[in-house]
Amino acid sequence: MKLADYVIEMLNITKIFPGIKANDNITLQLKKGEIHALLGENGAGKSTLMSVLFGLYQPEEGCIKKNGEVVEIRNPNDANALNIGMVHQHFKLVECFSVLDNIILGVEPNKMGFLQKADARKKVLELSERYGLKVDPDAIVEDISVGMQQRTEILKMLYRENEILIFDEPTAVLTPQEIDELMQIMKNLAAEGKSILFISHKLAEIMAVADRCTVLRKGKYIGTVNTKDTTVEELSAMMVGRQVNFKVDKKPSEPGEVVLDVQHVTVPSKIHKNNAVKDVSFQVRRGEIVCLAGIEGNGQTQFVHALTGLDNLSAGTITLCGKDITKASIRNRSKAGMSHIPEDRHKHGLVLDYSLEQNMVLQRYWEPQFQRSGFIKFDAVREYSDRLIEQYDVRSGQGSVTIARSMSGGNQQKAIVAREIDKDPELLIAVQPTRGLDVGAIEYIHQQIVAVRDAGKAVLLVSLELDEVMNLSDRILVMYEGEIVGQFDPKTVTVEELGLYMAGAKRMEV
Amino acid sequence: MKKKNTSPLLERTKGGLTSVIAALICIVIGLIFGLVFLFILDAEHAWKEGFVPIIQAGFRNVGNETLKKVGMNWATVGQEIVEAAPLIMTGLSVAFAFKTGLFNIGAAGQYTVGAFGGLFCAIVLHLPWWACLLVATLFGALWGAIPGLFKAYLNINEVITSIMFNWIGLYAVNTLIYNRGNGVMYNLKQSQTYALKDVSPRSLIPSKLFGWDMYGTFKYGSISIAIFLAILVAVVILVILNKTTFGYELKACGHNASAAKYAGINEKRSIVLAMVIAGALAGFGAGLYYLAGGAQWDPQNSTALPSAGFDGISVALLASLNPVGCIFSGLFISHLSTGGAQMTQIYFPSEIADVVSGIIIYLCAFSSLFKGKILSLLSRPAKAKEKATEQTAKEKEGNEQ
Ligand SMILES: Nc1ncnc2c1ncn2[C@@H]1O[C@H](COP(=O)(O)OP(=O)(O)OP(=O)(O)O)[C@@H](O)[C@H]1O
Ligand SMILES: [Mg+2]
Repeated sequence: MKLADYVIEMLNITKIFPGIKANDNITLQLKKGEIHALLGENGAGKSTLMSVLFGLYQPEEGCIKKNGEVVEIRNPNDANALNIGMVHQHFKLVECFSVLDNIILGVEPNKMGFLQKADARKKVLELSERYGLKVDPDAIVEDISVGMQQRTEILKMLYRENEILIFDEPTAVLTPQEIDELMQIMKNLAAEGKSILFISHKLAEIMAVADRCTVLRKGKYIGTVNTKDTTVEELSAMMVGRQVNFKVDKKPSEPGEVVLDVQHVTVPSKIHKNNAVKDVSFQVRRGEIVCLAGIEGNGQTQFVHALTGLDNLSAGTITLCGKDITKASIRNRSKAGMSHIPEDRHKHGLVLDYSLEQNMVLQRYWEPQFQRSGFIKFDAVREYSDRLIEQYDVRSGQGSVTIARSMSGGNQQKAIVAREIDKDPELLIAVQPTRGLDVGAIEYIHQQIVAVRDAGKAVLLVSLELDEVMNLSDRILVMYEGEIVGQFDPKTVTVEELGLYMAGAKRMEV
Repeated sequence: MKKKNTSPLLERTKGGLTSVIAALICIVIGLIFGLVFLFILDAEHAWKEGFVPIIQAGFRNVGNETLKKVGMNWATVGQEIVEAAPLIMTGLSVAFAFKTGLFNIGAAGQYTVGAFGGLFCAIVLHLPWWACLLVATLFGALWGAIPGLFKAYLNINEVITSIMFNWIGLYAVNTLIYNRGNGVMYNLKQSQTYALKDVSPRSLIPSKLFGWDMYGTFKYGSISIAIFLAILVAVVILVILNKTTFGYELKACGHNASAAKYAGINEKRSIVLAMVIAGALAGFGAGLYYLAGGAQWDPQNSTALPSAGFDGISVALLASLNPVGCIFSGLFISHLSTGGAQMTQIYFPSEIADVVSGIIIYLCAFSSLFKGKILSLLSRPAKAKEKATEQTAKEKEGNEQ
């Protein structure tokens, strides 16, 4: 028998969930030492397919081969025994454990039941050095950035000496700098002979690192191509079945009266003694999209939390449509016309154990439209939710009654965006609104945000992605270490120039 | 792609069915364990004098000729019903808190304090029964509010505060009632609180319902409309949880407090309110029992928390946290406890009876454990198919080589 061509073969996999065939006869073959990208719309079945490989789901049909031999993967332990490791779309770390504890969890080195952490620490530090995965082994996971959490997840796989590495949308939560680092790390790993499966919605990334790319659409296998022989346009057409417009079409903005007026806002930090946001002042007018740009961790999150009422500010005033809302409750801010697409969809955006329709009215269930003397009008809720699902193409197994937890990450995001935009707000605060969305959905959401602007509303966009910043905004504010250090017109500024301000190398008086 | 083929109603009935099956499995396992225990103790009498009486429980006497003559053969059934009412209520208390993300292990304390409130209004103030019941509810609510406040504003786990306030409640009530033998509610001769029928008959929950005299049917002293009140409350709780915006808010807080806050729900207020309601339900249960004359409070002997409080956890879990399910599981657990007392005393002393019914009740709490198993069993056919395809795949491979 000749040596198998493929390390992993997933043959004719079918996985059925209530109401949906998430994978319909899909075949995926992974060569040793290659980076193989998996591309597809939100809900196409990418995460499901990877979960099957990792033993989280049992397929209804099909088989998996490793090095040409049929293997049975009943649970993640089996996967681990076959040297398969996975970094999930939503990380699976124990929040209150240290980085080191998380890495060794499940394979704790011990002598007669006593933990031997010293050896483990040495090994982790070696790995971290070798692959350039900077982590602090003693930091508690809930205190560290998402980037470091992800490096922890990668170290977890390397610590287990996994040979087949699955990355489910690893770049969705990273900053551009971290993405570059990750790409380099992946290339190094592949060069060492490890085989990588890589899910991403960002076509440029796939073109940059992947050798081959398999495309799925609505649970079905479309094809596998060599990235050398294809283009971004071709890939996106394969994926959504039509041409995608990457540039946002919009008229020049015509700013009207002031909607949001932020004056001297200061927010204390929860981690260190300094303020996270220092004396920030700006205005957003009707008919304009103002973008707050910056590298992650420069106070944007804290600022938005203070603005939306999730946290308190220590100084300054916030005025919305002429009304002082500095001390207003979240509900009253919402009533005054504020709408908020939150950064963390699982923490704030959704009640995961509620159905999709219950989540669709999360901000509005109390309106007379949806309740009468305290009793929910179920028909009205269903009707409303069905309309949003239709309009925003939110895909799920069972429509309105699907439990949000079972939905694909991108469709969860689409549901939130639909809910917040449809509230018809005076001010839309959109934090990373297209995180985890496929190119088709991004196109649609961008159009919707522009439509909100054109309807004479104000939009405050917070984004880490420079493409989005440059494409969508009418005015850019750069935040660095809690201060606004520059204001730009996207038509006249270059990405390089912005980068200098974001990194703190330059600043202007605003 | 396949069209949607699962109706939500079908899914829901399937869920409900699974809960019922899981509960039944638990009951059977509990009964088997109880039986084994009886066999270990005394194999000879385990079945006839031990197990059968437990199963028959209150119904053992139905048809008994001697008792029939004095019209008492339904009395133990009446007793089951009387004991069920407080169990249903503490079960509701625990279930309600669970649904809103809180573990109310303090139902026992809320029950105790509620009993005190009700009895005080009856024995000392001679208020009508409904007023006493209301005060019992309020006292329970107050005792539930304390852990709620600690949880909401100081982030102290409700389990710890509930347990502490269980004991604080118990000893406070004992002290207040006894007061070195001078307590106004304390009947020194009987060494317990005064019987309501002697000191304040109007404080007793009536036993007549639309002209039906329940006492006439059951001939059990403390039979009253309490059971119907409990059933009514269970339905109200079901409606609150599933049909109202208030229930929507509370459950949202229970599932994800951050998202609830983001949605403009006052999550601190919700936590406190959830505990207040849970406490009120337990207090109401105490009122239903003590104001029916089910028992008097003995402050010197009551050094353990009333078991109704903790049995409430079993009631709630056996019912898969469904308020209406609590009615049935409450009745069942009351049936078992009554059954324990029906075992033949010379072979099985009452402590053993408590142990056996305790074992069964304890195992009833495991029903959620079986739910997952049943669900995976229901999807077995799919698994079998998967095996088959794997087989063919393997064969194909063999042929290729
Ligand atoms: N545990 C589950 N129970 C029920 N349905 C599920 C479950 N997991 C996934 N699905 C459904 O299967 C489909 C595919 O989901 P999957 O998560 O694989 O999509 P995806 O390709 O990873 O999408 P995204 O890019 O949005 O992450 C979705 O329609 C989803 O609703
Ligand atoms: Mg996914």
